Amino acid sequence: MRDQLQISARHVAIIFRKEVGSFFNSPVAYITLVVFLLISGWFFSSSFFLINESDLRGLFNIIPTIYLFFIPAITMGLIAREKSTGTMELLVTLPLEDWEVVTGKYLAALSLIGVGLLYTFVHFITLTFVGTNIDLGAIFTGYLGLLLVGGVYAAAGIFCSAVTGNQITAFILGFLIVFVFFMMDKVLFFIPGFMAGTVQYISVDYHLSNISRGVIDSRNLIYFITVIAVFLILTVRVLEIRKWR
Amino acid sequence: MIRVENLTKYYGDVCAIKEVDFTVHDGEILGFLGPNGAGKTTTLRIITTYLAPTSGAVYIDDLDIAEHSAELRARIGYLPELNPLYSEMPAYDLLVFAASARAITGRRFKEALGGVMETCGVREVLHRPVGELSKGYRQRVGLAMAMIHDPEILIMDEPSAGLDPNQIAEIRALIKELGKEKTVIISSHILQEVQAMADRMVILNKGQVVADGTTTELMAGFQGKAQLTLEVKNATEDSVQGLAVRFPEIRVQDQKLQDGVSRLELEYPTGQDLREQIFGYAVESSWVVLEMSRRQARLEDLFRSLTVEEGGALA
Ligand SMILES: Nc1ncnc2c1ncn2[C@@H]1O[C@H](COP(=O)(O)OP(=O)(O)OP(=O)(O)O)[C@@H](O)[C@H]1O
Ligand SMILES: [Mg+2]
Repeated sequence: MRDQLQISARHVAIIFRKEVGSFFNSPVAYITLVVFLLISGWFFSSSFFLINESDLRGLFNIIPTIYLFFIPAITMGLIAREKSTGTMELLVTLPLEDWEVVTGKYLAALSLIGVGLLYTFVHFITLTFVGTNIDLGAIFTGYLGLLLVGGVYAAAGIFCSAVTGNQITAFILGFLIVFVFFMMDKVLFFIPGFMAGTVQYISVDYHLSNISRGVIDSRNLIYFITVIAVFLILTVRVLEIRKWR
Repeated sequence: MIRVENLTKYYGDVCAIKEVDFTVHDGEILGFLGPNGAGKTTTLRIITTYLAPTSGAVYIDDLDIAEHSAELRARIGYLPELNPLYSEMPAYDLLVFAASARAITGRRFKEALGGVMETCGVREVLHRPVGELSKGYRQRVGLAMAMIHDPEILIMDEPSAGLDPNQIAEIRALIKELGKEKTVIISSHILQEVQAMADRMVILNKGQVVADGTTTELMAGFQGKAQLTLEVKNATEDSVQGLAVRFPEIRVQDQKLQDGVSRLELEYPTGQDLREQIFGYAVESSWVVLEMSRRQARLEDLFRSLTVEEGGALA
């Protein structure tokens, strides 16, 4: 059992390395990262200098919006490209399990999101030089929340990449799913009362806002982990269906 | 031993293969032959677990591939049709990737790399992205990837497609060499290729096995036609017609050349040799025989008769 886990971890790492390598072999990763940094930087400075807020709220508020484009762009090729170039056949006839492949690819996407978030630390450092009354706890949980939201979006994105053989379709589909998650909390007003609770519980914002306030509640964590797991399991299922077509 | 039992595969409503049955013995090179669309790729994809059959099963050493999938994949080296590779990766990285997925690292990888560099001749392109390589070198890299773990079973889908004649000769020699120790399946739609490499062949047509055996075995059961070409002088109209009357099994076609020379094309079922009688008849009719040549029914004729649609455009 433990041996098996070790083997699986090694397999996941092999896929992870290959994906990270191919991210940085293609311009897509660099372009999306630079755009991410430019936009987040602009929003940080505008709220920092204009509104004179000495926290990262401006930044934290805009990042989920940037995610709408950033994350589907990262995940669109993960599986769709392997299908369109035929390398899928190579990949799945290696002695790796489908779930190991999906996990490795997912973690590679997540780490790219992590890199993007890490760069925004520059703004945080600026803040520590000039700001007063910095709420370190809120900043830490803010980042954690953003990583979890990124995790949900990336899981949705890799699922979309698995259902189609076309990267553009994967991007659009990914954008739509992520957009629905993104909007749910914002349209709550239009939702009939008896459903509002459910919709609110499914919406990402609701859980994110809890965490960003500095409260790490296990209910919120369970929500994020569940949604991520559901999308990843669906992705593995979609890969298995390929065999039966 | 690989046992393919009753494989049937439908893509939606399209039946790609139907009740395909054959066996590959250890250390044998099996040629998997068939025209385009016969179902070769589909069958190989099922054996390598890329696809699942609609019904039927494949056993490798009595283990069902559906149940022991990963374990059996570890023992197979597979070169898919069209040799898909990650084009932005250098050959070296590809080999590292394939090897590590098969738990070959460190010193064992160095040894394995030395081995495939030798057999597949990829040393000089090791550090170039495979997308920039010529087709022949890409094929070698694909083969090196399929062989990095020294698999006991090697499955190659049209390994020589798109190569130049020199490269084809090289790859055939390589496969023959590999076949001394490994169990090999190669698919091809070219008969000569299979004949040159394989110990035995399975011929597939429209998704069904139409022949299975060695060249000799296949020819033994085949009633083809032998052809005899005669060039004779002084052959009268009557004497040529008389030939067909004397030997009803012979089909005669004649053609007048200049200077009283005629060319006769005779066709009769294989399995008998009529040259002596025909020569006797020529002497009897005072023909001057200038040339007599025979063409035996060959494997090509068998292949054509098995795979060409009756009454179709190609017949
Ligand atoms: N993914 C697919 N979806 C639908 N039909 C398919 C698919 N793949 C193959 N087929 C059909 O199945 C049949 C067998 O195809 P297959 O590729 O196995 O033939 P093949 O013998 O490998 O031919 P070739 O020599 O051209 O490679 C063909 O009629 C083909 O059109
Ligand atoms: Mg084929």
